[in-house]
Amino acid sequence: MKQVLGDRKTIAVLLAPALVTYSVVMLAPMLWSLGYTLFAGNPVRGFTWSGLDNLTKLFTDPKARQAIAFTIKYALTVTTGQVLVGYLLALLFVFFLKRASGVIRTLTFFPVVLPTVAVSLLFEKLFEIAPTSGPVNSLITALGGQQVNWFGAGSTAFAVIAIMDIWRSMGFYAVLLYAGLVDISEDVIESARLDGAGGWRLARHIVLPMSWPVLISALIFSINGTLKVFDSIYALTAGGPGNQTTR
Amino acid sequence: MSAPTRPPAGPAATAPGAPPPAATPEAQPPAAGRRRRPARHWRKWPLVLATAILLVIEIYPLIWLLLGSLKTQQEFMNRPTWALPQDWTNFDNYREAWDSGVARNLLNSVMAVFPSLAIIVVFGTAAGFALEVMVFKGRGALLLVFLAGIMIPSQMILLPLFSAYFKTHLTGTVWPLILTYSATGLPLTVFMMATYFRAVPRELFEAATIDGASALRSFRSVAFPMMTNAIFTVGLVQFFFLWNDLLFAMTFTSGAGHAELATVQVGLLNFQGRFGAVQYGPTMAAICVNVLITLVLYLFLNQRVMKGMAAGAVKG
Repeated sequence: MKQVLGDRKTIAVLLAPALVTYSVVMLAPMLWSLGYTLFAGNPVRGFTWSGLDNLTKLFTDPKARQAIAFTIKYALTVTTGQVLVGYLLALLFVFFLKRASGVIRTLTFFPVVLPTVAVSLLFEKLFEIAPTSGPVNSLITALGGQQVNWFGAGSTAFAVIAIMDIWRSMGFYAVLLYAGLVDISEDVIESARLDGAGGWRLARHIVLPMSWPVLISALIFSINGTLKVFDSIYALTAGGPGNQTTR
Repeated sequence: MSAPTRPPAGPAATAPGAPPPAATPEAQPPAAGRRRRPARHWRKWPLVLATAILLVIEIYPLIWLLLGSLKTQQEFMNRPTWALPQDWTNFDNYREAWDSGVARNLLNSVMAVFPSLAIIVVFGTAAGFALEVMVFKGRGALLLVFLAGIMIPSQMILLPLFSAYFKTHLTGTVWPLILTYSATGLPLTVFMMATYFRAVPRELFEAATIDGASALRSFRSVAFPMMTNAIFTVGLVQFFFLWNDLLFAMTFTSGAGHAELATVQVGLLNFQGRFGAVQYGPTMAAICVNVLITLVLYLFLNQRVMKGMAAGAVKG
């Protein structure tokens, strides 16, 4: 038994293709990239050792600092939004819609699988002001407000990016958190209710602590995704206006 | 991470005829009698409204997109944005979008994504099997090495890969995409497959071994067929990641001289430029075509997609 399932040749045959592909195309370039940080130059002119100069430059270059600050702001905002809205949705599914939530879960999950570029172009049109106003500005007019040039200023462009990325992924986090909430035993909630725990206290002292682990993992997944963001912002604003949304 | 969606263990527990558990969290005093029902009804309203608003927010942009793809430029300019298209059979926008290279882009995407998927699935399953079922020293560490790949940002490997492909004269072919996609899909796939194999009783492979199967044979004839479902789920999740990829596709196919390699996403992004921002109809039709492919897949396989995506959540 040990001999057959521990056969070195078989292990190599099964493992090598994946390991080689992965090492050559991901691990090596990553180390290569790390190595580049200590050199100056480019592939054509060749490289010279520059020590920590690049890092100093990174932290003193105002553009880089702005991009880093933007990434952090984006990650914090969107992660909070994704997980919070997802959690509210999951609560809605579990405690209000219950059995009937299947269809709504399916519908809210759908934007997750949509291509980012398509969603970005769609949102560009949704928030448009000129030459013709999109649904959002039309709605603002209908409600008696002033139309907003969403992509004209950094702060409003950021708002659109945040709204778009939360719209895109709230269904995903709802489903993720739903799986955790459903696991909370009905008995626990019932007995807390019998003990007189009302809505807020029930949520605060029973539901929240019991769904804490899955909430934390959702936060980690979300941070992991938002810190690496590229395509949604590139396709929506390409870093503009100016470079106010450059990550 | 192995968190499939389960049906809620909710009202099913109550005996038939018994009042259903209160939908609002507040405990209902049993003596409330007749007043109880309208009061509860009243409380439900905000939540019903919230659900309705939620659905509008999720669905309306997509409906607007679909309607927009049927409108003419005049309608966009002169009629309110929520107006219905005047001619429901006006498919000119689609024709225009199709003629401008959407078909070529679709073909490119298929050529890049499906070979990668095949490689990912076969290599990933084999590695998952080796790391979970086979016995050797250091397999835990190796699994961690693969797992680390999930955390590597694509931007970090982009530049070295670009110069490597350039030096090996692969630039200008579909190979850079296939290689990169295969490699980036592997960490998550290996990890997920290893998790699936962990749930399989070891006795199964031991029995196969006793029956005289070599490890390779057990993999081919026992493990692989048994994992069909899992493989399909993993493949589906990877399909969406690869199909929707923009960063790699943009870097490896949009350079000067090989625009004919552009994938669907790159094509869509360029589409905007080709027509200028003012040609609404064709742009919307192109977005629609792009959305439709994922929509159809999702319509048929939504439960599986949701489960798989939740299991692969680490990808972020």
